Amino acid sequence: MRSADLLEFAWQVLRGYRARTLLILLAMGIGVAAVVAVTSLGEGARLYVVNQFGSLGTNLVIVLPGRSETAGAMPGVLIGKTPRDLTLEDALALKRSHAIRRIAPLVVGTGDVHVGARVRETPVLGSTAEMKDVRSMEVALGRFLPEADPRQSAPVCVIGAKVAAELFGARQALGEWIRIGDRRFRVIGVAAKQGQSLGFNTDEIVIVPIAAAQALFNTEALFRILVEAKSREQIAAAKSDVEEIIRLRHEGERDVTVITQDAVLATFDRILRALTLAVAGIAAISLAVAGILIMNVMLIAVTQRRREIGLLKALGATARQVRLMFLTEAVLLAIGGAAVGLAVGQIARQLAAQLYPAIPFEAPWWAMLAAPATAVITAVLFTLAPARRAARLDPVQALSRR
Amino acid sequence: MIRLTGIERTFVVGGEMVRALRGVDLHVARGEYLSIMGPSGSGKSTLLNMIGLLDRPNAGTYELDGHDVTALDDDQLARVRREMMGFVFQFFHLVQRLTAAQNIELPMVLAGIDPGERRARLERLLSDYGLADRGGHRPDQLSGGQCQRVAIARAMSMGPSVILADEPTGNLDRRTGQEVMAVLEQVHRDGGTVLLVTHDPEIGSHAKRRLRMVDGAIVSDERVD
Repeated sequence: MRSADLLEFAWQVLRGYRARTLLILLAMGIGVAAVVAVTSLGEGARLYVVNQFGSLGTNLVIVLPGRSETAGAMPGVLIGKTPRDLTLEDALALKRSHAIRRIAPLVVGTGDVHVGARVRETPVLGSTAEMKDVRSMEVALGRFLPEADPRQSAPVCVIGAKVAAELFGARQALGEWIRIGDRRFRVIGVAAKQGQSLGFNTDEIVIVPIAAAQALFNTEALFRILVEAKSREQIAAAKSDVEEIIRLRHEGERDVTVITQDAVLATFDRILRALTLAVAGIAAISLAVAGILIMNVMLIAVTQRRREIGLLKALGATARQVRLMFLTEAVLLAIGGAAVGLAVGQIARQLAAQLYPAIPFEAPWWAMLAAPATAVITAVLFTLAPARRAARLDPVQALSRR
Repeated sequence: MIRLTGIERTFVVGGEMVRALRGVDLHVARGEYLSIMGPSGSGKSTLLNMIGLLDRPNAGTYELDGHDVTALDDDQLARVRREMMGFVFQFFHLVQRLTAAQNIELPMVLAGIDPGERRARLERLLSDYGLADRGGHRPDQLSGGQCQRVAIARAMSMGPSVILADEPTGNLDRRTGQEVMAVLEQVHRDGGTVLLVTHDPEIGSHAKRRLRMVDGAIVSDERVD
């Protein structure tokens, strides 16, 4: 029997028993759609978290002052020294490392920003020109802080979009002066809308040169230093370089905490991947149920089509041909069901994407492969027994029963 | 071409042994037109199924064209059936969801004959059996006589050596019955070997050789010319 004829024959059967075919397609479709939808959800959540971290900047290493660790051989003995402050000089020293591309020291405080009669309390961030690249920031209007000696304080600032709107309204903010405390700054840039990213809302801050911020808040201490490694591979080297450089500068004291974005990200990644797999497994159960349905339907079909099977055998169909007919039918059903499921899953994904645009719903490639493959494999497995039964029918008996 | 020797067939029905065929000996030459008659339960259908390789004997030997076929396995038997046997049944046994043409094509499809050859044979069969304008109809759109002609065309599609007809007119009225018998006679005249099972003496009398069976044994075997 030619495979084209086998397909044609199975197709005729599927068309001949339309209601049955539709029901199985539905069951298979729901199973596959469930897997696709659920994994898109999981993958969407994972990508969302990954992107959140990504918006912090790539290959990021964060240096915090202080080290909260228990040390010493005896339990309960804390080396409880007040940590040394991180200074601008510490930050600049980090540039010696070959693994580090950029650094952005941060000073953070809150100040009253005055424009004419309007006042607004705003987080004020002191940093350097490199912050823009380290944090992957975009400037909507004007430019970012100028490249200059970070020890010098220029009277310029970059303001968030919301701050600009609230202080200046419809007026052009660029080139205007604002006053923070007793210092005046000229607005040279407006940051693009980026929203919240781990603690800071860039729409609501004012960024000034680091020396200006230090003077403004009367502090030498840095809030933290953002370090960008040269590449993903260099993150570990950057981290150890940071620890080493700071230790040397702090008289051999390891008094900073260095966090790599990678480590945090990897943990989230693992957790969310595991979650996705788990829910995909649960969804796959519906595929197994669809498989059992196929088996049930095929068993009924063998009984229903006894005479036809008897006839086919009388006309010279071998046992293998009869088996193949049933299996082809099952595979066609599974493929059809998978196609329906993928389509429905895709529609569900797009609906979800419209409802929650922030989350990048995307069915992972492995789910797009595994769901149809599982559908076909279950269909074949669950059809083996009915197909064998059909192939073993005695033609004389099958034909004589009415 | 068909030589049965000491064929035995027993069934177990409700815990009881039923001897459907009791040591049947039969020789059928190529081109013979033979009817098997007898009351129901006399074993005539069993004998026909045996000759058609749908059933296996419990004892005895069956030689087809000089080859012992009792030793063949199921798939080998299926292939021999496909190549050599054409079945015509009382209830037509057409596949309802397929058209007349598709039903006729079935044995050729199973044999894996390529579509071009199939189409050529199909055209010939449809016109030979007066179905030229019925190819696209489904069985439920055909009359009983037409259905049986489709079944005969199907039986003839592989150019079989033997046509086995089990009560081919049993489900037809007198006139269409005779029509179908005329078709079978034509097959015989074209050189086909025709074996016909019937309980109707008038139908049986079409055949040139008439067997009578009672209780699983052939009790008479007469030839008329």
